[in-house]
Amino acid sequence: MRHIISVLLENESGALSRVAGLFSARSFNIESLSVAPSEDNTASRMTIVTSGSENVIEQIVKQLDKLIDVIEVSEITSNEHVEREIVFVKIEDKSIDKKMMDNFSKNEFLKIHKTKNNEIIIECVDSPSKINEFLKSVKNIAVKIVRSGSVGINSN
Amino acid sequence: MTQNIDKKQNIFTGAQIFVKCLEAEGIDKVFGYPGGAVLHIYDELHKQNDVTHILVRHEQGAVHAAEGFAKSSEKTGVVLVTSGPGATNAITGIADAYMDSVPIVVFTGQVRTALIGNDAFQEVDTVGITRPCVKHNFMITDVKDMASTIRKAFYVASTGRPGPVVVDIPKDITEDTCEFSYPEEVSMRSYNPNIEINEDSVDKAVKCILASKKPVIYAGGGVINSNASDELTELAKYLNFPVTNTLMGLGCYPGDDPQFIQMLGMHGSYEANMAMHDCDLLIAVGARFDDRITGRLDKFSPDATVIHIDIDPSSISKNIKAHIPVVGDVKGAINKISNKIIQNDLKPKNIDKWWDQINEWRKKDSFKYNQGSDIIKPQFVIDKLYEVTKGDAFITSDVGQHQMWAAQIYKYSKPRRWINSGGLGTMGFGLPSAMGAQFANPESLVCCVTGEASIQMCIQELSTCLQYGLPIKIINLNNRYMGMVRQWQEFFYEKRYAMSYMDALPDFVKLAESYGHIGHKIENPSDVEAALKDAIKQKDRLVFLDFITDQNENVFPMIATGAAHNKMILS
Repeated sequence: MRHIISVLLENESGALSRVAGLFSARSFNIESLSVAPSEDNTASRMTIVTSGSENVIEQIVKQLDKLIDVIEVSEITSNEHVEREIVFVKIEDKSIDKKMMDNFSKNEFLKIHKTKNNEIIIECVDSPSKINEFLKSVKNIAVKIVRSGSVGINSN
Repeated sequence: MTQNIDKKQNIFTGAQIFVKCLEAEGIDKVFGYPGGAVLHIYDELHKQNDVTHILVRHEQGAVHAAEGFAKSSEKTGVVLVTSGPGATNAITGIADAYMDSVPIVVFTGQVRTALIGNDAFQEVDTVGITRPCVKHNFMITDVKDMASTIRKAFYVASTGRPGPVVVDIPKDITEDTCEFSYPEEVSMRSYNPNIEINEDSVDKAVKCILASKKPVIYAGGGVINSNASDELTELAKYLNFPVTNTLMGLGCYPGDDPQFIQMLGMHGSYEANMAMHDCDLLIAVGARFDDRITGRLDKFSPDATVIHIDIDPSSISKNIKAHIPVVGDVKGAINKISNKIIQNDLKPKNIDKWWDQINEWRKKDSFKYNQGSDIIKPQFVIDKLYEVTKGDAFITSDVGQHQMWAAQIYKYSKPRRWINSGGLGTMGFGLPSAMGAQFANPESLVCCVTGEASIQMCIQELSTCLQYGLPIKIINLNNRYMGMVRQWQEFFYEKRYAMSYMDALPDFVKLAESYGHIGHKIENPSDVEAALKDAIKQKDRLVFLDFITDQNENVFPMIATGAAHNKMILS
């Protein structure tokens, strides 16, 4: 099953590789990983999307918690939460007809950026399932896809 | 540099601060080897007498010596090596300490901060290389962080589940200066080793203990690390429960006690493994259900309720589902259980029938061997060693058949007397760890049980033993084979003995003599006892006893990889 694990860790050099190294050393999956500053300027927050049986997820959480630089670990998918991801899709102008363009423009979750090279970049911020749906619709015309990986927060 | 420092202002160089920190930690022995990046530190060590530096002959030896020192005492072992190859040579020892939860702090020199990342001479990314095999590591990038980092390093290494901590120190940091004060308190918001034990789980454990008809206590190295042997023994005695030990746990319960059913696992006793298989309650104490213990997981203790007491939450339900996890320090947990049972005079169920069954299994005498009059059986040497030392020596071992025999046959009646490499299985561990044990216990008898293959992996330390006058007794069980490899090849590879024959062996007697020690070769069973006694009489000399043993002897019982506990090969 897919899980989102949120990790607050010390802003020490090497802290990121401790987490990444743990996943590879113990053969845990990483679907996506994003890390950025948090509300505390001495700590970063990392969101890891992973998958595995309940036992595996329990081990992942415990092993993360055991890392000395890790301040707090929470598995956020088991409770109510909000999850978002950003994706950029680059498409050549010639691949888009007017009807498609109208559809993109009407969609409130999309933003369109024009480039100087006869291309457009569509920016989409949404839940991963919606993003997957959107990506499916542009599968045949996308030249480049850049995804951020999910971030999430508990909402209860 | 040092000559410019105004001591009145309490300003010191990083190297001076380093030495002061060791003094403040009460460290009197450092095992190490000098090199370019740590020369400022060596210069300061040279100028004082509080911290003694022990010069090894290879950095791996330094780390194993620190491990032997830590395991045989309750202290933290300390290592100092240079950058690059100094650090990489230390890694086997660091990984060994990580697997066996040994509290050591390893200081590694590093190239100057300005050179880091430039592929400088003797540069490696020590923090990166050691990351997967340390409890934690640090690089000091500002001399002002020297004292607080060293304080943290000792704190992290020695608390909670102990383990190795590496501190990487660039050379310029050891010549930079700052004010010195050693932090009295240490607190890290991301590390809290003091876990409060959950009362509910203690209550549940007590209930199961009192209801069990077929209990087994399975105790490991965590009991020794927690210094909880007395508490465990008292509780087990009160309950009249059988106790088995892991390889790392030997000595945490008296080996000569009738309730002791010997070591369990791949080469454990018949009674221990059968009891593990048939029990209705398994009380795991400071043990981690390693694959050499469990064998086939889905056939492991199929009918047992599992109580698992351990300080490391990640050990719980990692391999075997714990029905009642008790997370916390072993000593604290046993005390809580004992308080509820012993102080309230609660009685466990009568388990006479269970004992009858166990005693029936015991009759197999699964560690037995037949010593004829011609060739020395390796087990016989260990038997005699136990007799002549009255079970009171510190025994270190290397890795292989001799290790298993030393574990099976010598009865360890006290904790910290059996020192071996369990998790990593490091050949070469025996001699340097014996040095560490001898430094920690200068008045005691320290014996290294080894084989002709293992001993050659750190043989250079014979030179260190001479320099410091370490009167270690080396018990070399010489069967001219990498015995355990040969045993597997005999059983599982149709006797194709690929590369397991130790051809071109040195003359160990002459080799010992060339290092300045006494060497003695023993070929007859009737000479074994006298040779051991004579060696022990040499109070101030290292004696290398080269016992020529039976080449065909195998370690029994044996549970093949992936087999269940009740599927033992007995002979």
